[in-house]
Amino acid sequence: MNTVQMLLTIGAVVLATATTRFLPFLIFPASRPVPAYIRYLGKVLPYAVIGMLVVYCFKNVTVTKAPFGLPEWIGAAVVAGLHLWKKNMLLSIGAGTIIYMLMVQLVF
Amino acid sequence: MADKAKAFRAAFPHTLPILAGFTFLGIAYGVLMQSKGFSWPWTLLMSTTIFAGSMEFVTVGLLAGNFQPIYAYCLALMVNARHLFYGLSMLEKYKGAGWKKFYLIFGMCDESFSINCSVDPPEGVDAGWFRFFVTLLNHCYWIAGSMLGSLAGSFVPFDTTGIDFAMTGLFIVIFMNQWFSCRDHRPALVGLGASVLCLVVFPTDYFILPAMVLILMMLTFFRKKLDPASHMEEPAK
Repeated sequence: MNTVQMLLTIGAVVLATATTRFLPFLIFPASRPVPAYIRYLGKVLPYAVIGMLVVYCFKNVTVTKAPFGLPEWIGAAVVAGLHLWKKNMLLSIGAGTIIYMLMVQLVF
Repeated sequence: MADKAKAFRAAFPHTLPILAGFTFLGIAYGVLMQSKGFSWPWTLLMSTTIFAGSMEFVTVGLLAGNFQPIYAYCLALMVNARHLFYGLSMLEKYKGAGWKKFYLIFGMCDESFSINCSVDPPEGVDAGWFRFFVTLLNHCYWIAGSMLGSLAGSFVPFDTTGIDFAMTGLFIVIFMNQWFSCRDHRPALVGLGASVLCLVVFPTDYFILPAMVLILMMLTFFRKKLDPASHMEEPAK
């Protein structure tokens, strides 16, 4: 590929990414009332999508062979446990991440 | 001006996990670009304009292959299809943000979306500016991280392996915050359950599209049960 072709390729990716982000807003502009079904989706989807993102983070974890995703499970348990206990977002994420890093660098 | 400063101060702490995660992922991306022969202007261009982490990694591969812009467009549509759900979720919240709305939508990556959809700005803070700064800070972290990787990737003084777990932690914490803020857990369970099912059934790299379809089908099927508004349209019993 030459430079122009590379720029065009990047342009195509930018355009596609923007398409996925802008499309809902173009189909349902703020100037017109949003159909009840779409408003319903807007209310329930955030909960479902975050669930999907959590699963997405674990997509490359292999549970069938060593280390069986143990660093991920332990890290996630630390985050969830601390968050249940202290309800401090930065503490939960910070401690979970440090423990995960120690595990993947030193233990597994 | 005071309004903006207030919104910035309210937004900043929420973006700290992303500062950690994006620094590492950005460095990894910059180093990868450098190793494929793309110097910092290319990295800067792609971080700024695409601003969708996973797709940027995919694009590095595209640039190494033959010139196929239509294929690149379609592939990016598929990889980023999840953003359609983000838009549907934010139709109401991004209303009335004025000119900032364009940037809020342009910069709606996974992390900015997850904060902006789950965190309501504190009382007295302008919601539009709060969400603008969340988006802008995340955008800056990503650009700065990738520049760091591109220019100084080999000089990082400590082993950063695993620091991207901050992203996983962020999504877990947001999931829990949403769980406790809402009495009806069924939408969250639908998202979790449908995704796990599709991850088991479909190949890892292709599970997200079937998961989105299944989530949409289940939420549509259970609408009568889940949507209080749909009951109001029926005559009172």
